[in-house]
Amino acid sequence: MLDDFMLRATLAGIGVALAAAPLGCFVVWRRMAYFGDATAHAAVLGVALSLALSISVFAGALVVALAMALVVNGLSGRGYAMDTLLGVLAHSALAFGLVAVSFLSGVRIDLMAYLFGDILAVSRTDLAVIWGGAGLVVALIAWRWSALLIATLNADLAHASGIDPRREQLVLMLALAVTVAVAIKVVGVLLISALLIVPSGAARPLSRSPEMMALIAGVIGAASAIAGLRAALVLDTPAGPTIVCVAAIVFAITGLIPRRQTG
Amino acid sequence: MPRLRRKARAMSLVLVERLSLAFGGQTVLSDVSLSVARGEIVTIVGPNGSGKTSLLRAIIGAVRPSAGKVVRAPGLKIGYVPQKLFIDPTLPITVARFLRLPAGATPDAIARALDAAGVPDLSARQMAQLSGGQFQRVLLARALIAQPDLLLLDEATRGLDQPGSAAFYRQIEAVRQQTGCAVLMISHELHVVMSASDRVICLNGHVCCEGTPATVASAPEYRALFGTGTGGALALYRHDHDHDHDHDHPEKEAAQ
Repeated sequence: MLDDFMLRATLAGIGVALAAAPLGCFVVWRRMAYFGDATAHAAVLGVALSLALSISVFAGALVVALAMALVVNGLSGRGYAMDTLLGVLAHSALAFGLVAVSFLSGVRIDLMAYLFGDILAVSRTDLAVIWGGAGLVVALIAWRWSALLIATLNADLAHASGIDPRREQLVLMLALAVTVAVAIKVVGVLLISALLIVPSGAARPLSRSPEMMALIAGVIGAASAIAGLRAALVLDTPAGPTIVCVAAIVFAITGLIPRRQTG
Repeated sequence: MPRLRRKARAMSLVLVERLSLAFGGQTVLSDVSLSVARGEIVTIVGPNGSGKTSLLRAIIGAVRPSAGKVVRAPGLKIGYVPQKLFIDPTLPITVARFLRLPAGATPDAIARALDAAGVPDLSARQMAQLSGGQFQRVLLARALIAQPDLLLLDEATRGLDQPGSAAFYRQIEAVRQQTGCAVLMISHELHVVMSASDRVICLNGHVCCEGTPATVASAPEYRALFGTGTGGALALYRHDHDHDHDHDHPEKEAAQ
């Protein structure tokens, strides 16, 4: 049943879902959802730059996403509310990116492919980049897991245990930039946040520990990728958005499970 | 006297020397010096905004001094109970898992720490489902689990009713007796603090006065800040602790 491009697309979707799951949990716990958006929007500028300079889209997006992460980190706590700051940076980066793309005469690029992803066009090289990036993100988060958790719970508790919470935040931003860069091809910049947040949110009512939540989010994300691609093929709908739709339906279903209210 | 001071320095777990802190050009602490010796209970009192929390945060290394320094004894293990801890309800975590962060602890150590904090049966509960008092005691258990040399408590009884906080401080004293750890704490509950401390430091951007609870309570600087309404607390102190402590108190120096 699986044509070759479908197999590659499925593997790409699973790879991104597995990296997005543990990272997405931290994004949810730390209330950084909008930060994921900002990084992703900035990646459009990266796409434009990499096309202009004829370098790989992955590299361009990664560099701009990293720069965005560092700028936000540096500017936070300087008088602007975080959501104002992110709103300004995210949409400015997106606008500058779109304007920059229009200057690229001669190169006729399909902007839609970067905004919404083009998972069916994933090549073998793309697949290697996606799984390489996803592996890096998962390894990084697994290595720092306890330190990230304590820094997420309370910065001062982390300090008292000899852990620098700013360093852990940097680790998360690094992981986020890599995830955004590898996920562009799969779901596009507009839906990356969905892949981070929706499976994690769907996993929350089913989880009793942070590790379990990350694991279940990974399963939900991967299952959504598989089911979404099948549905897209059958219904002839765009693949990336269909994957997100499936995850959203799972979120709605697990959300119906009543939370136990005791104590 | 210099000999005594050197001794205090050699024995101290934490030595704060002429510490100043400033945030955004605003001075929060200036020229604060203090030390905490093994096994003593020291309480910091002071009005709101007097820099009490900032002082503790400087001791754990969360804020950088603008002048002066904080010297921690080599290998010092600190147990810290923050003023408030908000756990996002989207983060599922049991009490046992929370206590294992970040160093990891055996189930045995977890059980012992919960026991010492007075909440032996909570290990399987979700943090988000605890009552205020249970939550504070779990925070205390987490601070105790690494067998700290120094316990830092930042208004640890916030949100507890009066019997609850009295029980909490009795627990602290019991822990000190069992483990021999020193305690440096911030509290607003003067009457409780006055009876439980070996030494009190009155802070208001700088050290106003310090000494035994009796010395501080009668100091004019303290009365200027808190009035004379704590006379009853002093009576309580005298009632509970009319024996002599055999510690080396720096204030004896000052009193002589």
